[in-house]
Amino acid sequence: MKKLLKVALAAMMSVGLVACTGNGEGGDTDQISVGFVTDTGGINDKSFNQTSYKGIQDFYDEMGYTEAPKYIESKADADYVPNLSTFADEEADLIVAAGYKFDTAIQTMAETYPNQKMLVIDVNWLDADKYTNVMQVGFTEHEGSFLVGVVAALKAQELGEDTVGYITGGDSASMLRFYAGYQAGVWAVDPNMKVLFDNANSFDNIALGKTLAEKQFAECSVIFHAAGGVGNGVIEAAKEATLAGNQKWVIGVDSDQYEQGFYDDDKTQSVILTSMMKRVDTAAYDACKAVADGTFKGGIYTYSLANNGVGLPDENPNLSEEVLKTVEEYKQKVLDGEITVSDTPVTNADNPNTSFTGATSQE
Amino acid sequence: MKSKLKVTTKRKDSGEKKHSHLTISLIAVAVGLIFAFLLTILTGRSPFDLLTALVRSMTGFNLQNLGSFNIMYVLNWFLNAVPIIMTGLSVAFAYRTGLFNIGGEGQIIAGSTAAAAVALLVKLPPIIHPIACILAAAAAGALWGFLPGFLKAYRGINEVVICIMMNYCGMYACAWFTKVFLPIDPNTNDRTIAIMESAELKQVFSNSTSQFNWGFIVALLAVVLFWFVIEKTTFGYSLRATGFNKEAARFAGMKVERNITMSMMISGALTGIAGALLILGIYRYGRIFTSFDNFGFDGISVALVGGSTGIGVLLAGMLFGLFKAASGNLQLFNIPKEISELIQAIIIYLVAIQYAIVLLLDKISERKIKKKEIEEKPEGGNV
Repeated sequence: MKKLLKVALAAMMSVGLVACTGNGEGGDTDQISVGFVTDTGGINDKSFNQTSYKGIQDFYDEMGYTEAPKYIESKADADYVPNLSTFADEEADLIVAAGYKFDTAIQTMAETYPNQKMLVIDVNWLDADKYTNVMQVGFTEHEGSFLVGVVAALKAQELGEDTVGYITGGDSASMLRFYAGYQAGVWAVDPNMKVLFDNANSFDNIALGKTLAEKQFAECSVIFHAAGGVGNGVIEAAKEATLAGNQKWVIGVDSDQYEQGFYDDDKTQSVILTSMMKRVDTAAYDACKAVADGTFKGGIYTYSLANNGVGLPDENPNLSEEVLKTVEEYKQKVLDGEITVSDTPVTNADNPNTSFTGATSQE
Repeated sequence: MKSKLKVTTKRKDSGEKKHSHLTISLIAVAVGLIFAFLLTILTGRSPFDLLTALVRSMTGFNLQNLGSFNIMYVLNWFLNAVPIIMTGLSVAFAYRTGLFNIGGEGQIIAGSTAAAAVALLVKLPPIIHPIACILAAAAAGALWGFLPGFLKAYRGINEVVICIMMNYCGMYACAWFTKVFLPIDPNTNDRTIAIMESAELKQVFSNSTSQFNWGFIVALLAVVLFWFVIEKTTFGYSLRATGFNKEAARFAGMKVERNITMSMMISGALTGIAGALLILGIYRYGRIFTSFDNFGFDGISVALVGGSTGIGVLLAGMLFGLFKAASGNLQLFNIPKEISELIQAIIIYLVAIQYAIVLLLDKISERKIKKKEIEEKPEGGNV
């Protein structure tokens, strides 16, 4: 027992020594350090957190940094401030937080660390004059969703159907923008098309996502999901139906989900029709670059269709040239201001073609 | 007859003294830590990093950068311990009276919502306002504990099943209540606006970067009150007696049904207060819950490791609070946060199978005695 302890102790000390020397060598002065804090979804959520982190990683790769950017995953909403302040204590050059749930935590942080540079994604309502070191980034999700709405409607028309589906993870203000744009896009193609609405009230309940998708697939063949992890259940349901000979399609969200939709062994066929890209990675990358260049400036930034902040992925193997051409036309119309996409959805009371009855919390 | 009884109790007593719950818990913690270090080595990470992360979360000192010190980490440790000490006391209270309260999630949500409602809608002067919020939360938690307790007492329905169902009822009912009756923040549509400043539990050290607030005083008071009620009062004694043997308690003239309902309500109230402390001290807005925060479930582990005594729960709560608080530092030093969860799991397992540890300890002491015997008379070994 004593011997074992001695060996363990020796091992510990030697490894510790190695770690120390390793740290000493890496003291590059012009290298910036970025700290990333996730929300409760975790770093591998195949969505928001993962994409934001990828943006930081891309920056690190481009600059030739050898180590990976540091990150801390939050287990509960109460962990946000402690996790953010851990990075502030480490004197990170930039702290990145992804998600609107960080809004009060960022405020608290900005008050205690007025000189700490921070980027918060999906929050754009904090007082920009007061929090001068916070970069707030908002997205025009409704514009991007408008385009995938067009795609969904065209696909439904091609299949001779009059209904498309939509599954959301919640009815917060930013989530409702997705649905508003989607509705508008579908109705731009066919004002009489029915747009289903289901709220999973969760971003991680995969089983519920599958159940809701199966329900909607009974009426339609295309579903747009804006539900993070719940969307994995939607994709699962589409794969099962497709393998059973009943082709179904899913429109992905946030990142290009094409590869997640493969349903054959050769990985050539995907149920992902297209994806509504929300370039949080671009936002994270831009902020890192601004810090490195010394051009970082707090304030409210908007990523829209005009600066490629939202939109379709570059490659869409499941879309025909014709569809892509139509989408491009609609995109131009939005950019030219010919079409203005509303960011609040129409309810069932105003248009019977939607099953959306209003957000439960709207006053 | 009488003497026989005496002998058995005596033996039991001496057995308990030989390996106290504290020893068992300490062994469990030590084994858990050793496992964590072994696992870090096995996964090719530096155990020194693990040590650094744990030490920094405990003391604020960074072993890899001596001279850097931040009290924030220590305060965050205490901050993390407060809610689980409360839920730990709650589970312990129920357990001491023969009940299993697994309804902590529903009770903490009910408590959070009640506290937020009073903090948002009722105008009161400072100091009185947070107290009113905490009392409201306790009442809401007690209400959520009442139903399982009542059904258990008067209808004999297993409280575990009702508690688990009440968790979901709590989550959905409170989400509905918050959305309908409380002012919702228009920017996020996902929570209420900020609570009134008079209701906030202020930071103890306002110049510190930690959110450590006066809520810990409430937790300490609860520990003392728990100990006093359970160990020193007739009321506590009758609750415990009910837990030991319902029929004997009834025979002794105690109101068994009332006792069961009461202890479940008190247990619920303790968890409800945990919810209030989180809302008033950390979030400072009302929340719409879509999933559980697991503080209620954490309470079960804390009560188990703490042996369901006041001081035990306090210590176990501090221990688990440390692992929670260390999560951030572990990740900073490239140790997966799952390591801290693993340590907790091992500790809980070992305490749960404490009989195995007792057996092991017995074996060791037996061997020691034998060795001594052999040493004392070396020729005696020949057979």
